[in-house]
Amino acid sequence: MNVDRELEQLNQCIDSALKEADRLGATQAEVAGSCGEGLSVSVRNADVDTVEFIKNHGFAITVYKKSSKQGEAGLAKGSASTSDLSKVAIHRAVAAALDIAHYTAEDKHAGLASPELMCSNLLDLDLYHPWRVESDEAISIALSCEEAGLAYHESIEKSDGVSVNSSVGVRYYGNSHGFRAEGKGSRHSVGCGMIATSPSGMERSHWFSSSRLYTELENSVDVGRKAAERAFNRLGGKKVKTCEVPVLYSAEVAGSLIGHLIGAISGGNLYRKSTFLLDALHTQVMSPVVSVFERPRLLQGSASAGFDGDGLATYDKNIVTDGVLQSYILGTYSGRRMGMASTANAGGVRNLRASHSGQDFETLLQEMGTGLLVTHLMGQGVNTVTGDYSRGAEGFWIENGEIQFPVKEVTIAGNLADIFKNIVAIGTDTDARGNVQVGSILVESMKVAGA
Amino acid sequence: MSSIFEEASSYLLSPSGIAVPELEIQLNNALVPGVDYVDLYFQRVYSEGWVLEDGQVKDGSYSISGGVGVRVISEDKTGFSYSDDISLGAIKKASAAAGTIATHLNGSSTVGVKPLVSTQVSPLYGQLNPLDSMSRQEKIALLTRVDQAVKRADSRVIESTVSLVGNWQSVLVAASDGTLAADIRPMVRLNVSVILQQGERRERGSCGGGARATYGYFSEEVAVGYAHEAVRMAQVNLDAVDAPAGVMTVVLGPGWPGVLLHEAVGHGLEGDFNRKGSSAFSGKVGQQVASPLCTVVDDGTLKDRRGSLSIDDEGVATQNTMLIEKGVLVGYMQDKLNGRLMGAASTGNGRRESYASLPMPRMTNTYMLPGQDEPSDIIASVKKGLYAVNFAGGQVDITSGKFVFSASEAYLIEDGKVTRSVKGATLIGNGPEAMKHISAVGHDLGLDRGVGVCGKNGQSIPVGVGQPTLKIDELTVGGTA
Repeated sequence: MNVDRELEQLNQCIDSALKEADRLGATQAEVAGSCGEGLSVSVRNADVDTVEFIKNHGFAITVYKKSSKQGEAGLAKGSASTSDLSKVAIHRAVAAALDIAHYTAEDKHAGLASPELMCSNLLDLDLYHPWRVESDEAISIALSCEEAGLAYHESIEKSDGVSVNSSVGVRYYGNSHGFRAEGKGSRHSVGCGMIATSPSGMERSHWFSSSRLYTELENSVDVGRKAAERAFNRLGGKKVKTCEVPVLYSAEVAGSLIGHLIGAISGGNLYRKSTFLLDALHTQVMSPVVSVFERPRLLQGSASAGFDGDGLATYDKNIVTDGVLQSYILGTYSGRRMGMASTANAGGVRNLRASHSGQDFETLLQEMGTGLLVTHLMGQGVNTVTGDYSRGAEGFWIENGEIQFPVKEVTIAGNLADIFKNIVAIGTDTDARGNVQVGSILVESMKVAGA
Repeated sequence: MSSIFEEASSYLLSPSGIAVPELEIQLNNALVPGVDYVDLYFQRVYSEGWVLEDGQVKDGSYSISGGVGVRVISEDKTGFSYSDDISLGAIKKASAAAGTIATHLNGSSTVGVKPLVSTQVSPLYGQLNPLDSMSRQEKIALLTRVDQAVKRADSRVIESTVSLVGNWQSVLVAASDGTLAADIRPMVRLNVSVILQQGERRERGSCGGGARATYGYFSEEVAVGYAHEAVRMAQVNLDAVDAPAGVMTVVLGPGWPGVLLHEAVGHGLEGDFNRKGSSAFSGKVGQQVASPLCTVVDDGTLKDRRGSLSIDDEGVATQNTMLIEKGVLVGYMQDKLNGRLMGAASTGNGRRESYASLPMPRMTNTYMLPGQDEPSDIIASVKKGLYAVNFAGGQVDITSGKFVFSASEAYLIEDGKVTRSVKGATLIGNGPEAMKHISAVGHDLGLDRGVGVCGKNGQSIPVGVGQPTLKIDELTVGGTA
C-alpha cells in the first residue's frame, strides 16, 4: 500500500464530503476515513491452509443540523457510511446523513467539541513499521511455529491452526472547524492453537504474539511451545467441590477485570445509569493496592493514538489511584451529558496499565496458599448494571502454594464491586501483549461452583 | 433466469457492465493447473439504524457496503482476496492475489469451468427493501410508541432505549462447478432495553425480535409485546435473590434457551471442525451422543426466519438437515469444501459474513424436535433445581466440548414448584455429557424471537435457535448462594 497516496485520497474524500455537507446546509460535520491492507496466512498439518489478502476502506460522516422544529435549542444528528470512496458515493452518503438529521430530534448535547479543544500537538508515535512479508515467508514462520508446538510432547497430536498476519492502515479525521488529523500504523501477529489428546478427551489452547514491529514478535517457536504447553497442562482436568476460596487470575486473563472496571466508568453506561459504579468518582472503588492509568501516546504502543474519535488530543491520566476512582472515561457527547469535560476517550481507552504490589507469580501462589488459579475464562456472564459476575473458568487447584491438578468446568462468581475491593495483590508478571497490561491478580475470596 | 437473479444482477453486475459470460471467462482464467475450484461472490448491503433514547429519536445511521470476493481452492488449500470495488479490473486483481495459493501446490490436475447454470429455488422470504417499507416518520413513530408502552407499563422505569435496524442485501455467486445463483435478503430487528429502579437497586430487562421481512413485521401487538416483555424481565430481576451454586437439575424453558443446543452440540457438528478432527464429536457418526429423547435439526428453510436462507453463500439451496436422531449422531453441517473432503455433499450451510470473508460451515436455525412430556409435569418432577427461561448468550470450546451460557431470567424449583426468581448465573457443562443427561422433553417446541447472532472466527451472522421445555438432570449452576 502506498500510504501517502491513500492518505492523499482520504484527505480529498474528506474535503469533498465536508464541502458537500456545507452546501446541503449542515451546521457542523465530521468525517472519519480509513484504509487498511494486509496479508494473513494459516497452516495446519504441516501444510498451507489459507492465504488471504485483505484490503478495506471505510468512510463515515456525521452531520449536525439546526432544524426549524420547535423545542430545546440543539442540533439534530445523522450519520452515514460507505465502503465506496467514489465522489458519487460520498456525496450520496452526505445527503443520506443530512436526510436523517432532518428527522431526528434536536439534542442540546450533540455536536462537535469546541474548536479550541482540537488536538494541536500531534506527535509521531512511531506506529508505522510495515513488514512487506510475502506469503512464502509468512507460511514458513507459521510452519516453524506449528512444528515446535507438535514437538512439545507426544500428546500434542495436532494443531488447531497457526496464523501469521501483517497489516498496515491509515486513518484520517476532519471536521467543519477546519481541523484535520491523520495517523498510520502497522500490526503484525503470530497466533497458534494446539490440541492435546489423552484417553479422556482433547483439550486445546492458544497463544499469540502481536506487535507494531515484526522484529518485536516473540519467536514463532516459543509461541508454538507455549500454546502446546497450555493445551497439555489442561489434560486430566477435574471439577472441584463447590467452595469459597481465594482466586488468582493469571496475567493473561487478569486484564478482563480491568476491562470490566472501564466498562462500568464509561460515559455511555454512566449517563444511562447502566452501571454499578454510578456517582463513584473520587470514592474507593477498588482495593488500595490497585492503581490503573492510561498512557495513550506510548511510542510503538499497541493501542496508541494521538487524537481521539472527536479530534481531541489524548493525554496521560490516572484512572484509579490506590483504589480511588480519579477519572471517568468520557467522549465529548457523554461528557456533556454528565456536565463534565471529555477525557479524550471517544473511541475507547488506549494502553491501560496497572500497578503491581511487588510479588512475582510464585510468591502470589504462596500467598494464596489454597485456592484456584484461573488461566482460561469462558462466557459473558457480567452484568454492568448490577456488578453481578459469573463466568466459566479453568485453571489449577493450588494447595500450600503448589499446583495440585488441572481444574475444569467450574464457574467463579461474585459481585464486581466486592471483587474489586477484595484484590489483595497484583503480580510483577505483566502480560505485555494487549491494550490492557497487568500482572496476575489475587482476589481474596470468590464462590467457585463445581461438583 | 429467475427474476431474483435478474434483480440481483441489476444491482451487482449491470452497474459495472459485467455480463454473465464474462464471469465464466474470469473463472476460467483463475482456474490454473492445480486449482480445482474457484468462486466469485458479489454482495451489496444497504442498512440503517434508528435509536430512541430519553424519549426521542436522536440518532440515525445509513450505510452502503459491497464488493466482490474471489476464492481459489486446491484440495484443502484456499486462497482468498477481495475488493470493495466491483469491476472486471478488480476481479482480475483479486483473482491474481488469491491465485498465489497455486504457488504452494504440488499437483497439476486440470479441470475446466462447467457451464454456468442458474439455480432455481423458491424464495423463503420477500424481496422488498425493508428500508423503503416505512416512511421515516413512521419509523420514528413506531419507536416512540414502543417507548411510551415501556413507560406506561411501570413507573419505576428510569431508562429506556429502543432501536430499529433494517438491512437489505443482494448476493450473487458464480463458481467453476457451474453454480450461478443469486438471492435478495431482507432483515429487520427491533430491540427494547429498560432499566428499573426501586430504592437503590437497579435492574435491566430487554427484549427484541426480528425476521427476514419488512418493518411491517412489527405490528402494534408485536412491538408493544417487546416493550412489556422487557419491563417484565426487569421487574422479575428486581425481586431476584442470589442464584444457587453447584450441580443440580436444570429445566430449560422453550424457545431462546435453545442457545444450549447451539453451543452444546451445534458448533461441534460443523463440518470444518470434524474434518480437522478438532471437535468433541469428531468420528462419532452412528454413535449415541445424546439421550434417546433428543432429535436435533438444522433447518435453513423456515419461512421468513432470521436464520433462514433461500440459498447459502455458496449458491446451494438450504435444507432441513438431521443432526441427531433419537440421540444418535446422523451427520454434520457441510459447506462445499469440507463436504467434498469428507465425501459428503454440501448441506447448504456454507455461510460468510460478507464478501470480505471466507465461507465456513455455519448453522441456520438449529432446534430440537418436540417430545411427549407435559411442561408442567417436567417442573413438578424436580425436587430442587433451577428453571431457566431466558439467556444472554453462550460460548463453547468445541474441542473439549465444554460450554457455558448465561441465564438472564431464572427461578428456583422447590418441591416441584417454581418459587423465587434468582439472579443471572452462568451454567457450565460438557456438551456430550449434558446431552446424555436430558431426561425429559416437552411437547412445546418454541423458536426464538429472531435476535440470534453467532460468532465464529471473527465472523458474525444471524441465526435462529429453538427447543421445547427440557430437563437436564445434572448441570453446574454458577451462582453465589
